[in-house]
Amino acid sequence: MSVIATTGAATTRRATFRRLAVWLVSAAVLLILPQIFTSGLAVTVMNQMGIAIVFALSYNMMLGQGGMLSFGHAVYFGLGGFFAMHMIDWVDQQLFVFPIYLTPFMGGLFGLFMALVIGSFSTRRAGTVFAMISLGIGELVAALSLILVVFFGGEEGVSGDRTTGPGIFGFNFLQDIEVYYLIAVWVLVAVLFMYLFSRTPAGRMANAVRDNPERAEFVGYSQRTVRLISFCAAGFFAGIAGGLFAINYEILTEQNLNATTSGGVLLMAYIGGIGYFIGPIVGAVIFTLLQTVLSGYTDLWVLYVGLVFLATVLYVPTGLTGIMMMHVPAWRLGRLRSLVVPYLTMVIPVAMLFCGLVGLLEMFHYRNGAPTGEVEMTVFYVTVDFTSPLPWAVFTALTLAGGYLTRRLAPAVAASFQAATSYDAKGSSA
Amino acid sequence: MTEPAIRLRDLRKNFGRTEIIRGVDLEIGKGTRHAIIGPNGAGKSTLFHLISGKYEPSGGQIFLHGEDISGKLPFEINRQGLSRSFQVTNIFPRMSVFENVRCGMLWSAGYRYAFWRLVDQLRDLTEESERILEEIGLADRRDIPAGVLTYAEQRALEIGITIAGGADVIMLDEPTAGMSRSETDQAVELIRRISEGKTLVMVEHDMGVVFDLADKISVLVYGELIATDTPERIRGNKAVQEAYLGTAEEAEEMADA
Ligand SMILES: Nc1ncnc2c1ncn2[C@@H]1O[C@H](COP(=O)(O)OP(=O)(O)O)[C@@H](O)[C@H]1O
Ligand SMILES: [Mg+2]
Repeated sequence: MSVIATTGAATTRRATFRRLAVWLVSAAVLLILPQIFTSGLAVTVMNQMGIAIVFALSYNMMLGQGGMLSFGHAVYFGLGGFFAMHMIDWVDQQLFVFPIYLTPFMGGLFGLFMALVIGSFSTRRAGTVFAMISLGIGELVAALSLILVVFFGGEEGVSGDRTTGPGIFGFNFLQDIEVYYLIAVWVLVAVLFMYLFSRTPAGRMANAVRDNPERAEFVGYSQRTVRLISFCAAGFFAGIAGGLFAINYEILTEQNLNATTSGGVLLMAYIGGIGYFIGPIVGAVIFTLLQTVLSGYTDLWVLYVGLVFLATVLYVPTGLTGIMMMHVPAWRLGRLRSLVVPYLTMVIPVAMLFCGLVGLLEMFHYRNGAPTGEVEMTVFYVTVDFTSPLPWAVFTALTLAGGYLTRRLAPAVAASFQAATSYDAKGSSA
Repeated sequence: MTEPAIRLRDLRKNFGRTEIIRGVDLEIGKGTRHAIIGPNGAGKSTLFHLISGKYEPSGGQIFLHGEDISGKLPFEINRQGLSRSFQVTNIFPRMSVFENVRCGMLWSAGYRYAFWRLVDQLRDLTEESERILEEIGLADRRDIPAGVLTYAEQRALEIGITIAGGADVIMLDEPTAGMSRSETDQAVELIRRISEGKTLVMVEHDMGVVFDLADKISVLVYGELIATDTPERIRGNKAVQEAYLGTAEEAEEMADA
């Protein structure tokens, strides 16, 4: 018994140490990232990522952790952001003195307050009822934002100047890079607290209510209260993300709390993987990259994001993080190597399918919108004439051949994966 | 005279116009092991649902330690020290086996909705959960998702969650249903251990189990109690035998037990 106890304590200590290491490494990465990606664009993108990470994680406190599917989470992001923006303006007008770098916290409190008000009736039930209410509230607030001009500033929104108010360590947030470090600190703190929340009695019971609300009631918990607490916490952190947005962009408009933004955060969480704590982080990074980088290349980026989302829902409901986690057993067994060749054989057909589809979509899109007389366009750095049948034929052929080969090869790759991850495969492979 | 743990007074339940529980009066003494038997569809599970707050009574009253709990919600009743299991396994499938048990004790250990304490630091909870896992024989399944356990293991976990909170009134709805002979024997021993010094109310089809464990037996037929007595007297009861004549197999079982 004592042996078990001591080894138990040792394991716990090692686990604690490992966890601490993860946080320290994350902090170090955040610190040196701007040294690696120095361009102004990179800093802009990273700032946007940081905000998205906090927002997506807050969303997953409901969806992944609590089993509540919301179509209106941008409401708390936006309201928190508007409130923080007003705080910044009030400081600017010298109504009171308040450090700008703490306004995200005030945004969070405002998000928390709104979540408490709305959650008090919307969390009564989970499932469809909750989803419908969240959609309704989302539409309502978006509509209100064009009416309540005092708070939402009408169509122009509310803007301000983040450089007013007392600075910190000589920073006054004039430069984007200073904002980067501010966001980085907030991201680290917010992610830490969201993680810790999931390890509290309230956070554990959120999982329990997600899994089986009825049973939770028979071990002493009101499913409604458990959901309300998660909902409020999610509103709080969404508000913080909104506050960071206010500092970063110095403007908030109706766009920041409407259905598009609510849909975006759902996509981020889902693409990343709602079943893992880090899933939404992965999703937020990928989504932001698509949104910022891909949008520079094509107008169709939203379509591609939609396709990625569809593919996730259909083929990998555990998300990108789920795909990574699937490989942990193979890695533990030291068989990751055996997957390299099968995966490489898939690269070419998938790339063919991808190029073919993208080519067709882009040509289609360009043909519809092209100015009259213009017949040439660039796809994958190649200039093609979209009136000639040749590029159409090539892309169609690529799509069909790629699709066919992918289907043909998929079973073999799946079998290799099975072999690499199952324990009994050892005997047969030897 | 001490208050019985559970007292039912003219308890009734209808679904629409069908009366399922038709005026049940019953007292279950503190510290007794009380079995409820009866043919399928007699309303045994419905009676459990009424007592534990899943269903609201259509009439009559339920007292737990002398306090009227009729119409209270399940979590309120649970907080007053009554814990139940389900006939159809009812666990937290995506959480680990260990976490299932720990969820069963969080409230009663006083942690409620705390979001300022970390569960991993609550050593008393960890140790107590592990002790229960030993008790129900699932220690080596500690960290796997409860949803992938075998049927018999899930039944054991069902009991584990039920007893985790240390409630003094335990209600088990057909704990051995679908188990093999040896699994049933193990379950009986487990139930005997965990109900030591507590009030146990149990629905059970296996007459061997019933006569083995129960201090008292109630027979429910078509929503009415036709007898409540000691096992020996129930065995000799004419009305009970008649009620069971329809199901010859169980009557035989009863004679054998
Ligand atoms: N929610 C319900 N709605 C309608 N009828 C029900 C409901 N629950 C149970 N019943 C009916 O009540 C009767 C008793 O069911 P139950 O209590 O499960 O019986 P037992 O556990 O004794 O086998 C059955 O005829 C069943 O169909
Ligand atoms: Mg039943």
